Amino acid sequence: MAAARTLRGGGCCRHCRLLFSSSFSSAGGGPTAQRGERQESAGLGFSPPAHSRNDWIGPPDKHSNLRPVIFYVPPEESPLERRLREARQEAQASDQHFWAQHNRTFRQEKEEFIYSRLKAKGLEMRDETGQKATLNAEEMADFYKDFLSKNFRKHMQYNRDWYKRNFTITFLMGQVALARALRRLRWKKKNVGNQ
Amino acid sequence: MSAARRCSPPRALAGLFVWHLKNTGIRQIPCRFVHLWRVANDRLVTFQYFTFLKRMYVMQYNKDLSQRAKPKSDSVAFPFRELQQLDQDKKIIHEIRRISPVHQPLSETSSRKELREMKSAAETEDSVTPVRAESKEDRQWKEMKLRLDDLPGILARLSKIKLTALVVSTTSAGFAMAPVPFDLTCFLLASLGTGLASCAANSINQFFEVPFDSNMNRTKTRPLVRGQISPLLAVCFAASCGVPGIALLTLGVNPLTGALGAFNIFLYTCCYTPMKRMSIANTWVGAVVGAIPPVMGWTAATGSLDAGALLLGGILYSWQFPHFNALSWGLREDYSRGGYCMMSVTHPGLCRRVALRHCLALIGLSTVAPVLDITTWTFPIISLPINLYISYLGFRFYRDADRSSSRKLFFCSLWHLPMLLLVMFTCKKSFLEKEDKGDLLGGNHGRAMEIRLP
Repeated sequence: MAAARTLRGGGCCRHCRLLFSSSFSSAGGGPTAQRGERQESAGLGFSPPAHSRNDWIGPPDKHSNLRPVIFYVPPEESPLERRLREARQEAQASDQHFWAQHNRTFRQEKEEFIYSRLKAKGLEMRDETGQKATLNAEEMADFYKDFLSKNFRKHMQYNRDWYKRNFTITFLMGQVALARALRRLRWKKKNVGNQ
Repeated sequence: MSAARRCSPPRALAGLFVWHLKNTGIRQIPCRFVHLWRVANDRLVTFQYFTFLKRMYVMQYNKDLSQRAKPKSDSVAFPFRELQQLDQDKKIIHEIRRISPVHQPLSETSSRKELREMKSAAETEDSVTPVRAESKEDRQWKEMKLRLDDLPGILARLSKIKLTALVVSTTSAGFAMAPVPFDLTCFLLASLGTGLASCAANSINQFFEVPFDSNMNRTKTRPLVRGQISPLLAVCFAASCGVPGIALLTLGVNPLTGALGAFNIFLYTCCYTPMKRMSIANTWVGAVVGAIPPVMGWTAATGSLDAGALLLGGILYSWQFPHFNALSWGLREDYSRGGYCMMSVTHPGLCRRVALRHCLALIGLSTVAPVLDITTWTFPIISLPINLYISYLGFRFYRDADRSSSRKLFFCSLWHLPMLLLVMFTCKKSFLEKEDKGDLLGGNHGRAMEIRLP
């Protein structure tokens, strides 16, 4: 449910489960129930046109900076294609969750750092013109160094996961592409044979 | 001697090779592919090296500058190390560091300026949807369908074509400095092979870094990030560039160059790219990646790895540090958030020391050049002013450690390298001169040698 929460607006779990079905136990037979139809994307505020047979990619998410993808479920989806789609959905959900939380933490800690430094200097958060006071790059450098070392282990873990997922998905894409090519070849041969 | 050269020349490739950089006449050719290429790449680099660089950076600036300017529809990767990224080098892919906007006056020492910069940085970071920054087109949902018309542009961005061009030019510099008669076919083959290998390395690098690129301002408009191309296609493109590129180098030039090319691709994609997130040692690995292309140019011409090749590589290696360290100084926030381990974030003192150290090393290396008979003694003398200037800026950066000094150093490095290579080329010791000297000294021996050689 965490991923659902990080998407825009709350309360879209019902719709999101269709999008990230494999991530949630409550998903049930979400995508399979809608064979041949596009998954709901109410949580993202966009619905691809009905005639389109491709995935759609949207603008970057405001928290994670990642672009969400709405996957197309073809009516005659093979098990291999389904595995690929679900792997991509899972990866998307996991990445979204990680980066949204990470960026939010960064912003929060940065604010706290600025606040504590300004207080130490005896300044207010907003100067006389009402603008938010900030620190210069050299003062922020301490925060950046600290933040990087604090999150090092988290990044190591994420890197491992990301590389693994990336290779798996790309490999699956290769298998699907090959299967489709063979299928088309067989279909063409069959057609030629019939004529 | 020419006997040492191992460039087995295939035929007619040179004539057919279309180098988009300089071929303006290509617009008249009614070739569909060229037409598509032209349509997709209207902003292709001009041949003029420096102007090219300036344009690249200016565009980049505009893009990154404040995210208030209308972003260019192309993503112009600003290779921070791209200049020295001699093709296959892993370094090629140095992330383009965001350069502070050019149109800010250079007198940036006032705290107000810093404040404004911080504010704008804060603004852009805080604004959930930087609407003004991104074009309207970018805010729309797009169908993930590959259009053939867009493909050349997408592949150009995927392979960081401008960085590749810079890498190939460093390889050409290495080739030109080699003390052998100039062989055009060999030169073109080496350049083409190097360019292909560079494209492959850059594509794999982008393939590995999608979520990180999405989160950094400089790189968030890359093709894989935007979903314009699938990862599978990116890998296939990399393979279809890398394999022919290395094969061309190995079979068409010589195996040594091919091996260096393959090694460089490996170093870049499998060492430098993952190391960026693990340890600051990535900078040194990246410097090697950038140093290898001129070495490749040299080995392509002479067929052997001699002192001259290593010297050229050494010059490029040293140049990387002031270039990159200065650039990375302004990108500390993005690195910190993105999880990149860079000296500028974790060891800022070391960052500046290393930059200064290598500026001074450039002076030393320039002095070694005539000792190795690569150039005449005029080279260290003529190059002394520019080397001293970059060392001075390096010293200022070391002492002041602020944004303005880092920018000055970075900009200086941009023109310093091409100028140094140019001066080096003009001071190149003519190999005829060397042969004459050899004959004079060798006397009979020299003549006997001549007769023996085919």
